[in-house]
Amino acid sequence: MLSERDAVVLLRDTFGPAVISDHEFRGDVTVFVHRTRIIDVLTFLRDDKRLLFDMLIDLTAVDYLHYEPETKAERFEVVYHLRSMATGARIRVKAPVPEDDCQVPSAVALYKIADWLEREVWDMMGIVFTGHPHLSRILMYEEFVGHPLRKDYPYNKEQPQYTIRERSTDRQPVWVR
Amino acid sequence: MIDQSVDTQQKTISIQMGPSHPAMHGCVRLDCELDGEEIVATDVTIGYLHRAFEKMAERNTYNKVIPYTDRLNYVSPLINNVGYVMAVEKLLGVEVPPRCQYIRVIVSEISRVCDHLTCLGAGAMELAAFTVFLYAIEARDMLWEMIEYICGARLTTTYTRVGGLTHDLPPEFENQMRQFFPKIRELVKDIRWLLEKNRIFTDRLRGIGIVSSETLISYGVTGPVARAAGIKYDVRKTHPYLVYDQLEFDVPIGEHGDNLDRFLVRVEEIEQSLRIVEQAFAKLPDGAVSIDDPRIFLPAKEKVYNTIEGMVHHFKLIIDGPKTPPGEVYFPVEGANGELGFYIVSDGAGKPYRCRVRAPCFPALSALPEMIRGHMIADVIATFGMLNIILGELDR
Amino acid sequence: MGLETALGQNFFTTKLSEVIAWSRKWSLFQYPFVTACCGMEYMSVMCAQYDLARFGAEIPRFSPRQADLLWVVGTISHKQAPILRRVYDQMTEPKWVISFGVCASSGGFYDNYATVQGIDNIIPVDVFITGCPPRPEAVLDALIMLQHKIGRESIFTSPADVGYEE
Repeated sequence: MLSERDAVVLLRDTFGPAVISDHEFRGDVTVFVHRTRIIDVLTFLRDDKRLLFDMLIDLTAVDYLHYEPETKAERFEVVYHLRSMATGARIRVKAPVPEDDCQVPSAVALYKIADWLEREVWDMMGIVFTGHPHLSRILMYEEFVGHPLRKDYPYNKEQPQYTIRERSTDRQPVWVR
Repeated sequence: MIDQSVDTQQKTISIQMGPSHPAMHGCVRLDCELDGEEIVATDVTIGYLHRAFEKMAERNTYNKVIPYTDRLNYVSPLINNVGYVMAVEKLLGVEVPPRCQYIRVIVSEISRVCDHLTCLGAGAMELAAFTVFLYAIEARDMLWEMIEYICGARLTTTYTRVGGLTHDLPPEFENQMRQFFPKIRELVKDIRWLLEKNRIFTDRLRGIGIVSSETLISYGVTGPVARAAGIKYDVRKTHPYLVYDQLEFDVPIGEHGDNLDRFLVRVEEIEQSLRIVEQAFAKLPDGAVSIDDPRIFLPAKEKVYNTIEGMVHHFKLIIDGPKTPPGEVYFPVEGANGELGFYIVSDGAGKPYRCRVRAPCFPALSALPEMIRGHMIADVIATFGMLNIILGELDR
Repeated sequence: MGLETALGQNFFTTKLSEVIAWSRKWSLFQYPFVTACCGMEYMSVMCAQYDLARFGAEIPRFSPRQADLLWVVGTISHKQAPILRRVYDQMTEPKWVISFGVCASSGGFYDNYATVQGIDNIIPVDVFITGCPPRPEAVLDALIMLQHKIGRESIFTSPADVGYEE
């Protein structure tokens, strides 16, 4: 079985220009991939007999509005953490997503947990996963407007569904219902 | 005359086990479609306790986020504390002294015992074994007294800091803890005696909630639920952290993957955790409990009040937080429910730019509809109880 | 009851008020509306060491129709708020509300978009318990405070008029 570094080499050999870059920091191997090829990359990582990354540990997104690392390509990055049950290897795959075309193909067909995880990323960050059977809010309620984990959503902007009185502070409730 | 063209398919009944339900461990909503008594489909709605941990984490320095981590998996708060600060320490690239590592192992395992006791007690109470609940909470209260002796709080501990611990273990802690071990073992023995051979209890749990291992892996389920199905994965053994590789313990693995195996795996893990604590007490070295770097951990008060450098370091650490190099890390620990992971992205400041929690009961609950398909409503209660859904980490 | 308006405030009716208040306060049927970490302390209060049953408030009745004391235990998010309101509305008179923990009393340290900053924005509250989570002794103290409050109620006044007086 191969280690994570070998997995990166294998990915570069198989997918060529779809792999934008890769680096290693504190023992974690990270690979940047074009979002259009992300499903092919994930399928390869899961099914290849030498790699077998069969568990999707986590699927999340980061909003790079206020921070410009060297590897930054777009505003958002969808992050996939994968683990191989057979070898114990871990790898992180990232796909940059631009703000104006906020879409990524959905990984529901590959991993069943991607269903809920992608709904959470949609709910919190506003990234659409094309091909998801029912992309709806999971942590917030349906009437909520906006995507709260984005950097430009204020942390204390409440949208109360029910209240019996105004508050005496200067925070104005936004009446939704 | 019977009209043959009329569709005589039986319609399904829709039942909502709503957010305020005694067996829903807080607030999870299940919309079940029943065909008679059997469940055909379930829709799970979560998010009723979303408290925006990740947004709050972006506003506070690394040490100020630790109280928020307490409330993630609130039945085993010390495991959350330890996991979070270890992720930050991985980002900083530092390692804490050995005494701190042993103490972190001790408090993690005590927290794990508390979590398993709560799960068993609450799960059994929902199946009408109320005495078991009383015994389990009595054992848990004893452990909470000990945790209160260490850090001053029963539930919201906030004991760890980036680079070490708040303070060392109090004197006489080991002796007092050793007095409690036989009492806790006695209570667990009573619980086993009441439930393990009890036909009523085992019939409720045996054969219910089985999902294949491949499905569990595809759902990303880890922890006692996965181990009950035969998946040999424990972060403490596979990716050892702290001093787990120097301690001897077994990881119970089940066979069938049903609710009874999950119950038995948890009971066995309590005993293994107590074994780890006893070994750690025997091997506990002397020394400092925190690293000596004033850029990461607060300097001693004598230095703060008497030297300019101490005061400045203290000020910078409190106001700005420990400066981490830009980058990102993911650090998994073995939570009571499975792999608890913290993914921290840093932009070089003293606050996390993005702090993501990988909650272990999130995949377990998303696998629930498959686990209860074909079973009855009463089995939902048993399955839900044995999955140990903690809303704090599910909804963050 | 029309009896007291006809008879006025005399020995019979005040004693009747006292008996009713006494019986109400020593037989509170609770509805634990448990959401979060405070639920763990609530479990401890209910169980053997800090026994809540000795105050008569033993059985949790998980139906609003059968309960008269609503314990709001834990953080209430904006998603949960309509449910809390609905449960409160479904409870029959007389009913009291204890807000357990700082998250229910004022939002706690969750000053963000998702948390109701105090359930008194949604339902009227009788006793607030602070603490994150409150110690079981504080919970028992709050229950005794509520019992004093119920004890001062009379059949002439509505429960909302009984203020704090200790």
